[in-house]
Amino acid sequence: MTEFLEVSVDDLKDLVSDRALEGETMMLNLGPQHPATHGVLRLLLELDGETVVNCIPDIGFLHTGIEKNMEAKTYQKAEVMTDRLDYLNTVGNNLAFCMAVEKLVDLDVPLRAQALRVILTELQRIASHLVWIGTHALDLAAMSMFMYAFREREYILDILEIVSGQRMMTTYIRPGGVWRDVPVEFETAVRDFIKMFPKRIDEYEALLTKNPIILDRLLGIGVLSKETALSYGITGPMLRASGVDWDLRKQRPYMGYEQYDFEVPVRTEGDNYARYLVRVQEMRESLKIVEQALNKMPLGPVRSDNRKFVPPPRSELGTSMEALIHHFKLWTDGFDAPKGSIYSAVESPRGELGVYLEGDGGPKPYRIHMRTPSFEIVGVLSEMAKGHLVADLIAIIGSIDFVLGDIDR
Amino acid sequence: MDWTLWLELVIKALVLIFALLGGFAYLTWYERRLLARFQSRLGPNRAGPFGLLQPIADAVKLIFKEELTPAKAYKLVFFLAPIMTLVPSVIIAAVIPWGPPFQLGDRIVTQSIADINVGVLFLMSIASIAVYGIVLAGWSSNNKYAMLGGLRSAAQMISYELTLGLAFVVAILLGNSMNLTDIVEAQRDGRWFVLVQPVGALILWIATLAEVNRHPFDMPEAEQELTAGYHTEYSGMKFALFFMAEYQKMIVVSAILATLFFGGYLGPWVDRWPLLGPVYMFLKIVILLFIMIWVRATWPRIRYDRLMAFGWKVLLPLALAVVMITAVGILLAEINPWMIWLIPIFSLIAGAFASLMIDRSLRRKAYA
Repeated sequence: MTEFLEVSVDDLKDLVSDRALEGETMMLNLGPQHPATHGVLRLLLELDGETVVNCIPDIGFLHTGIEKNMEAKTYQKAEVMTDRLDYLNTVGNNLAFCMAVEKLVDLDVPLRAQALRVILTELQRIASHLVWIGTHALDLAAMSMFMYAFREREYILDILEIVSGQRMMTTYIRPGGVWRDVPVEFETAVRDFIKMFPKRIDEYEALLTKNPIILDRLLGIGVLSKETALSYGITGPMLRASGVDWDLRKQRPYMGYEQYDFEVPVRTEGDNYARYLVRVQEMRESLKIVEQALNKMPLGPVRSDNRKFVPPPRSELGTSMEALIHHFKLWTDGFDAPKGSIYSAVESPRGELGVYLEGDGGPKPYRIHMRTPSFEIVGVLSEMAKGHLVADLIAIIGSIDFVLGDIDR
Repeated sequence: MDWTLWLELVIKALVLIFALLGGFAYLTWYERRLLARFQSRLGPNRAGPFGLLQPIADAVKLIFKEELTPAKAYKLVFFLAPIMTLVPSVIIAAVIPWGPPFQLGDRIVTQSIADINVGVLFLMSIASIAVYGIVLAGWSSNNKYAMLGGLRSAAQMISYELTLGLAFVVAILLGNSMNLTDIVEAQRDGRWFVLVQPVGALILWIATLAEVNRHPFDMPEAEQELTAGYHTEYSGMKFALFFMAEYQKMIVVSAILATLFFGGYLGPWVDRWPLLGPVYMFLKIVILLFIMIWVRATWPRIRYDRLMAFGWKVLLPLALAVVMITAVGILLAEINPWMIWLIPIFSLIAGAFASLMIDRSLRRKAYA
């Protein structure tokens, strides 16, 4: 016989002010179906007129159970699920997971694969920021900006399709390298993008950066102080807009980021406008990294030749008995990872994306936990929204740039 | 009153109503196509050539949609609100002169339904009625979002009504009449009032944008904030009536703006062929609508409280100053006709001063 827990709303009463209980303020349910909550975030608002007294985020409407599901899958198969976490940063999720697996089983990654990983994750960062700038502008009702940003995002998705055959759920990065080498069209496509994109950013800035209405909507709204940001564990562009120079690509370089010359934009104001400027500048910096990585990209293999973990190329299957055995073993049983637990993190477009991975000696992970940046971001939303108007709350939601798939996992 | 007069009135009213209804349908097409162009898309292009049958398809769809009335809505008001919004937007067009009178048989036919002496006053009063439908729709839906939308709309109307009235006063002063035909005739020989009083025309344009809840003043519906504002709970044909009212108001305010400041039906050879009058009006309305849609494609929305501040603190004082300048300029012009051109100079200075003040208040906040 199952025991049922008694749940009472009385426990939730301390989340709102006393005035709400007397009916003096209005409770408004914003979402989960609302055009401006970017997915299925539900916000319970306590409003005094149109001023937000309390804002209570309610998550879980997109719960996928991905973390738990991964425990039932081999490492290679679990990777496919990471694409579905933060659907704007699919390549970055693959990278975070693969880096964790590589750290656990101690795999090397060839230099060409490292450069490819950098190019693709930086392109993905630009694509994610494009979605952000588009939806942020759309939340402020500058609707054309949304279309322009998505037009450019299409280029990046096309590049991803060139390399992996998929536009979003690529699973192109694999433990020990990447799936296979890029086709010849890849370089021209990326170079075209590098040539075209700076002009397009200038266009966006012409439309938004000095627009009086935008200034009015963003300046001084949703100020997040350095201390609050740090105490909530905020990372990524939000933290950098609050004056903390923290970027894993600089502080804990991975995948050879140390050899690329780029700036980490930092601002101290911590308001919506600072976050806007930081992200726009980040797009330009990412483009710089892509260009350098493309110029420096060495020739050579794109995956490790450690056959215990990395499947052999298909060309060998017809001629080498050993390759066939490895292929068969890897795709049926998977590889065994040693016992132990590791944590490895990358800088996703939203902040520190960490993977905690615990192996039990078998081919399946014992436990995977993702430290996703969006969770902390939504956590601090209630602090930031207090005292602002509903319209400002919408601007803040657009400005903090979270992905619900990243939170409910 | 003989029966021919009745016949004439009925025919004119029918023509006007059908023109407005057709205009509404094709304005939606025009807006969608234009927005698509601005946004590097194609827009509706499937139904008929260039998507010209799209409005008909939409209308059919809306007619067959289920109409829901929320259980806790105030049924009567909920039912009446769309009608109360739509009707003023149609009857406001009655006083607008669409062309000079012409001879038909042995009678003179005027190209407006009612050529009344206090035409501008009629515009003012009907424009103010339109807000009731929106407020009542918001209230009767018994929905918090709709309520907020209705409240916003009421506050917005009150803030911009005064400015709208003062902008009308400018045209009345320049035309020396409240009759719309007289105001148009006063703009003969290319002396459009927009040249004499450009700031007045701009103020009227901004105020009418706020009056018809168009971007960037579309607070009451503010999709991203209030989902759909006052018409959140409406569906099917009731929603279509709100939609219709909004787009007809767009057409009508463009017609008013064209009449008061852009020479109305005046244009080359309009006296020889009076039926050119509606054509010129049509062209002017289309251009003004284009600007409205352009603004929608480009600008973000102003925040609600800033909108009020802009209305009361910037637009109203500026409108007062412009009325003052116009009145003084007209008096001076009686001494020397060339003095009339002092009006645009001084009002442009006043306008520049106002926008400088906005800029400064923003720059104090800016840090980049």
